[in-house]
Amino acid sequence: MIEVENLKVNYGGIEAVKGISFSVPQGDIVTLIGANGAGKSTTLRTIAGLVKAKSGSIRFMGEEILGKDTVDIVSRGITLVPEGRRLFPDLTVMENIKIGAYLRKDKLDDDIEWIFDLFPRLKERHWQLAGTLSGGEQQMLAVARALMSRPKLMMMDEPSLGLAPLIVKGIFRIIQEINQRGVTILLIEQNANMALRIADMGYVMETGAITLQGPGKELLVNDEVRQAYLGS
Amino acid sequence: MNQLENRNAYMGLAGRMSKKRRRNVTLTIVFLMLLGAFIYCASKGFVLGTYEIRILRLCGVYSIAALSMNLVNGFTGQFSLGQAGFMAMGAYVTSLLIIPAAQKAAIYYVHPIVPWLKDVQIPFLFALLIGGLVSALCAFLIGFPVLRLRGDYLAIATLGFSEIIRIILTNAIPVTNGSLGLKNIPNTANLWWTTIVTAVVIIFLLRMMKTSYGRAFKAIRDDDIAAEAMGISLFKHKMIAFVIGGFLAGISGGLLGSVVGAITPNYFRFTLAYEILLIVVLGGMGSITGSVIGACIVTIAKEKLRFLDAGMNLGFVKIPPIDGMRMLVFSLLLMIIILFYRRGLFGSREFSWNGLFRIIRRIGAWFGRLFRRRGHPEGGADA
Repeated sequence: MIEVENLKVNYGGIEAVKGISFSVPQGDIVTLIGANGAGKSTTLRTIAGLVKAKSGSIRFMGEEILGKDTVDIVSRGITLVPEGRRLFPDLTVMENIKIGAYLRKDKLDDDIEWIFDLFPRLKERHWQLAGTLSGGEQQMLAVARALMSRPKLMMMDEPSLGLAPLIVKGIFRIIQEINQRGVTILLIEQNANMALRIADMGYVMETGAITLQGPGKELLVNDEVRQAYLGS
Repeated sequence: MNQLENRNAYMGLAGRMSKKRRRNVTLTIVFLMLLGAFIYCASKGFVLGTYEIRILRLCGVYSIAALSMNLVNGFTGQFSLGQAGFMAMGAYVTSLLIIPAAQKAAIYYVHPIVPWLKDVQIPFLFALLIGGLVSALCAFLIGFPVLRLRGDYLAIATLGFSEIIRIILTNAIPVTNGSLGLKNIPNTANLWWTTIVTAVVIIFLLRMMKTSYGRAFKAIRDDDIAAEAMGISLFKHKMIAFVIGGFLAGISGGLLGSVVGAITPNYFRFTLAYEILLIVVLGGMGSITGSVIGACIVTIAKEKLRFLDAGMNLGFVKIPPIDGMRMLVFSLLLMIIILFYRRGLFGSREFSWNGLFRIIRRIGAWFGRLFRRRGHPEGGADA
């Protein structure tokens, strides 16, 4: 569905991404894992058109999208759940959800119903200001908001950040549920254990380059990965 | 307050809500009828003198100016201080279009007016709209370079452009009569005019905030990067807010010219922008109700505090008459708001009848507790 080839991104004079290549097949969950500063977030932000790349190619459904602006990229069916949620705190939960469907002109009722099915908590709290939600609920809302654009590819930047283990489990269960509905997922995580468990394919990034790759289950038992990211 | 209404609207509590709704609609109609009756009596000279009516007309003018600034600063989160320039534009265009041809020769006694403006005179409504449109066009042209800036930089740039507009008005003497300004501007904008235009602007903005445009504005204010990631075009929406803000500021300037009857470029110095900013901050950034109430408070207080300018004898010390002494009160007020009440009177909330009734009930309950406690001193709060 998306093929990244030899992507290089400079960030204020520093080469943050040094020519990486990977692909996300349709219907899969693919994860990029790695430590802070490995260039994972930069990669996602480049795909979303929020950061300009230096060179390389990103093809989405066969078409080059590198250099296109974000509005164009979102309207093609790519959506980003940004790091740290980045909700609109002074808007209600409902308004946040509707903003997610900003580029759509058709009726939203069915989607809203689906989202409230997926996240009953949001239904209870749909009239509250998003800033008053708990961390877990905010992450749910960030996912819900992204789903409202009816994405083909959903990119998630550290959805487990700062959440209690039980809530992280819930979030990952929902990621799988969304994936089963036909949404392809590109997931960035520091929580390598959880991410690799649900991923069809995993890539390990270190200082701007991909050092290891393989099916999630294989990486989970790989010695290098275990030592560096799984703490055993 | 409006959060609760959203909740009820969604949950579809139709049966129970319709009663409340009917009550609110009735109250709104009664309020509008009372307002109409009041304006009618006032314009016939029954209740208020011309001085008081003039203050009320200015309340309308400043409300529109504050709403225009609030749209850009409070709702879209772009710190712009260009309002004075746009008001000047609207005021000059409207005034030049409504001053009768016979008067123009007398006004331009130093330097004659350009021939193509000499005989122009059109109805007030059209003049007002053209004034607004010219301001909007200015905002559009200025918007291209400045809307790429953020925060303080945007504020400085817009302030600069506003000063440029003022200096052009001072120096384009054949058109604007320079620093002598315009006088004998027909006094068309009576209390009906200012009130109805203000009401139209309020309704327009309330509606707009409920559309996807309104949500996009607020999303950009809350988090522009996230808004962009949702596919919202930042530049387009900032521009829309800025141009509509320019239009509204132009309208308020046009009304202002007609209310005060004489304008000079100096009327539109940056202090005017600060005055409007004070209104917006006092009322609450992002509250339409707040801007209107804030405009009324500041406009009325500015008149009522005139005695401070006249000098005072405090018994132990004598303060000589100083022009502008009353503005000190506003500086203090602004400081108090910033220090203790940062969200202003209304925050980002709006007036609603339900909210009003909740407050009345709460005050009622408070009084009830107070009296009960007096009745049974040993019973305490739990009685």
